[in-house]
Amino acid sequence: MPEPTQDAERSAILAAHDVTKVYRMGDVDVHALRGVNVPLHEGELMVLLGPSGSGKSTLLNILGALDVPSSGRVLYRGEDIAAAGERELTQFRRNHVGFVFQFYNLVPSLTARENVALVTEIAKNPLDPSEALEMVGLTERMDHFPAQLSGGEQQRVAIARAVAKQPEILLCDEPTGALDFRTGIRVLEVIDQVNRSLGTTTAVITHHAPIASMADRVVSLSDGLVASDETNDEKVSPSELTW
Amino acid sequence: MVNVLDRKLLRDLVRLKGQALTIALVVAVGIANYITLRSAWRALGDSKAAYYEQYRFADVFARLKRAPDSVADRIHDIRGVASVYPRVVEQVLLPLDDMLTPAHGEIVSLPTHGRPPMNDVYVKSGRFPEPGHGNEVLVYEPFAEEHNLQPGSTIPAVLNGKLHELIVVGLALSPEYVFAIEPGGITSDDERFAPMWMSESAVAAAFRMEGAFNDVVIRLEPGADEKAVLIALDQVLEPYGGLGAYGRELQISNSILNGELAQIEAMVIVLPGVFLAVAAFLLNVVFSRLVTLQRGQIAVIKAVGYRNATIGLHYLKMVCIIVVVGSVFGVGLGAWLADAMLDLYAGFFRLPMTRGRIDLPVAINAIIASFVAAVLGVSLSVRRAVTLPPAEAMRPPSPARYHASSLERTPGLRRIRQTTMMVFREIWRRPLRTVLSSAGIAFALAIIILGRFGKDAHGPILDLQFGRQQREDISVNFTDEVAQRGLGYLAHLPGVDQVDGYRATPVRFRSGPRWRDSVLIGLPPDSHLRRLFTRQFQPARIPHSGVLITDVLADILDAEPGDMIEVELKEGDRGTRQVRVSGTIDEAFGIQGYMHKNSLHELLREKPTINTALLRVDPAREAELHLRLTDIPTVQSIHRKRTLLEKFEEQTGRTMQVITLILTLFATAIAVAVVYNNARVSLSLRSRDLATLRVLGFTRAEVSAILLGEQAVQVFLGIPFGMLLGTWGAKALLELQADPEQFRMPMLISTQTYAFSAMVVLAAAILSALLVRRSLDSLDLIGVLKTRE
Repeated sequence: MPEPTQDAERSAILAAHDVTKVYRMGDVDVHALRGVNVPLHEGELMVLLGPSGSGKSTLLNILGALDVPSSGRVLYRGEDIAAAGERELTQFRRNHVGFVFQFYNLVPSLTARENVALVTEIAKNPLDPSEALEMVGLTERMDHFPAQLSGGEQQRVAIARAVAKQPEILLCDEPTGALDFRTGIRVLEVIDQVNRSLGTTTAVITHHAPIASMADRVVSLSDGLVASDETNDEKVSPSELTW
Repeated sequence: MVNVLDRKLLRDLVRLKGQALTIALVVAVGIANYITLRSAWRALGDSKAAYYEQYRFADVFARLKRAPDSVADRIHDIRGVASVYPRVVEQVLLPLDDMLTPAHGEIVSLPTHGRPPMNDVYVKSGRFPEPGHGNEVLVYEPFAEEHNLQPGSTIPAVLNGKLHELIVVGLALSPEYVFAIEPGGITSDDERFAPMWMSESAVAAAFRMEGAFNDVVIRLEPGADEKAVLIALDQVLEPYGGLGAYGRELQISNSILNGELAQIEAMVIVLPGVFLAVAAFLLNVVFSRLVTLQRGQIAVIKAVGYRNATIGLHYLKMVCIIVVVGSVFGVGLGAWLADAMLDLYAGFFRLPMTRGRIDLPVAINAIIASFVAAVLGVSLSVRRAVTLPPAEAMRPPSPARYHASSLERTPGLRRIRQTTMMVFREIWRRPLRTVLSSAGIAFALAIIILGRFGKDAHGPILDLQFGRQQREDISVNFTDEVAQRGLGYLAHLPGVDQVDGYRATPVRFRSGPRWRDSVLIGLPPDSHLRRLFTRQFQPARIPHSGVLITDVLADILDAEPGDMIEVELKEGDRGTRQVRVSGTIDEAFGIQGYMHKNSLHELLREKPTINTALLRVDPAREAELHLRLTDIPTVQSIHRKRTLLEKFEEQTGRTMQVITLILTLFATAIAVAVVYNNARVSLSLRSRDLATLRVLGFTRAEVSAILLGEQAVQVFLGIPFGMLLGTWGAKALLELQADPEQFRMPMLISTQTYAFSAMVVLAAAILSALLVRRSLDSLDLIGVLKTRE
């Protein structure tokens, strides 16, 4: 196992180290990431900002073990998962990461409670599904199918599903992208609450710059490179956000 | 010039190639089935009709002891009789050098001049015997082939106790012997049974039948009342030892041929129908998904100005291409199989077969039926595509609605895993699809059972008939009854370990207006070598008094145990006796009745006699024994049980192997097509859910289980239904079986057959599932997160 070398990585639970990603599209190589170093520190809420095409989704997919880098290392608690096989990647996602997606990706044939239970059934130390739904304020609508829920409600179910297994890391890819302003704020409040009450290390991708105000740390990507990596000393609550 | 829509069509088809091909295969098998069965039915039926017509097959048949030729004129006077042909037919032994036991010949007289006026002989090579050459014979061609006999060969024959050397002058066939089966035999045996034709003067001289006949065949006038003729004929022949007249329907060769034709006719609609229904269903499944997936495309095509009809035609064309591919393959396969089936029949049914090339109208009918089935299958989906308003089609389809079923309120069921729940809800949402898929699987399984079940009954029935019922090694029939003490003589012949004998007499059983000619057998109750068993393998006892009749005979007579029936004797004083039916027995072969041997003697008012002897022999001395038996002048035929058994096994075994193989392949086509297409469509419907699960940390195996779980449920639901359907179909086929008065196969389907059919279906399902699983491994995990459904 490689030893952590830098101070910054000592408290990093997950870190991208010199990560590049090259996609081959037809005859053209697309350089989505060109050598990115981003640590994710224990317990922090990080917002990853950038215009579309900047490589932020690619980075999140690599951090979440949905994809592997073309070069570089991805260290989870000091262990390189970039070199792991398909089976190990699945286990990593299963045991350590919670995902929230732009389009919720709920299973339409399962109710809200069952969508959460889907994950708790295979997790090692899960919350009770109703407890997770209570946390996102959906106790009343637990037995509804996705088709019977609004977009915001569906996204809150998705968050409940992601946190119910008590993951160490929560990765959210444009969680408000498909929602209106008011509903988006409600969803961000839930994410913030999870981060604070459970201490879950959280990364949120967005192209809405104002959302950065709720983060502990803000990383901006541009054209496959880290443009800035700043600590936010004036963190505000999601309810105070505007855009 | 291929237009753009057609280009889209071809590319769509290439993308759907696995599904298109499996469905085309089912269509092909359906068409091939229809062509095969229809062509075989036609060829066999037409050949039969032409043969009967050209060779003047008789309408009415009767055997008798002996009547002077003048009686023929009286028969001619019967109302409805067009022509009468009196003949001499005799049984002879043929002690050939290449056989342990002598073969049996049936010599039929030929008119001294000219051809027979009916039941004419088809001489395939050589010539008719010439008048004045008393030892010339025509021999049944298949028998001649078995023994390498050609015109010019000689053949030894025991005629009326005297050994003659006969000269084969020609090889022949006859409409009377399309399926040649010797009197009392259970199957055709070309090696051991030979119809032969000899000039009348020669037969009469050998059997002292000058100026007399013992067999008569009759052609009826058009519209004649056959039943009335039979009754009148029996009256005329009564004083001459008539054994009962019968029509074509009961003529053994004709009845077996008709039974086969009826079986083919029953399958010709059902079997291809099953395949076309499955194809229609699968097209429905695949196209309804295709139209859903292509909503956006349909909208754009309509938006730029294409007409609704053009869209409809576009999808119909796609279906047509699938059917055309299936048709080409199906017609080829059908032509080949039809030929193979007729080859198989040519080994059983000896008639000049008129074989055309492929029967064009039959092929066209099959193709039209396939098109109709296919178009019906996709009609709803195509209608949906045609009527879709472009603006609405631009929007994504409304999300699938699911409901918790009432079943889920069952306590305990709430605790099932969510992944299992996904499978369950998917099934619940489309119950009809599940039912129809299971039905497809059930049909596939039933078809395999139908192909195999004959073999199951085959072994046990042979064991019953030849192991437990007929316990002798050799049975010897005598030309006339012999004294009981004759058995003592047989017991002292070389190699004979045990002897037993029974008395059989031809009778007419009658109950009111109903009657049937058959045999009454008198068995000693303590017989070691002959016992009675029902078709259900239960032993039965000979009654002390009264008669035990087979239940088919009881049905014919409408008689029940306790009823009095009449037994009209055909020998001795030919009197009519009243006998009580003591019981019925469900036997596999024949329509005979059984009595205590002593009761039969009383009925016949005779001393104890036998006319069949049963021998248990030492195999080492069998050859010696056969020589001695052949020398006894009163011996009419000798049957060696083992030879009979081997023949039966060989004949039915090979046919069944071929049929089992073909039907198993057909059924596999259905099972593969059903599972593969359902799994493909299901994958397309749920790839988003499944990819999401993979992202959430579910393994490939767990995700496959969800996708294939649904198919597994359909297969497992289909299996028991298939078993029921197969059992039911087997029963229906048995009902149609060739001549139930001759042989009734017991209804028996072995555990192995059930297991085998289930295994074939399961293997086909697993194979198809694995094919689909491969695409599951390449699910796009990232793409699915970036798109809205």
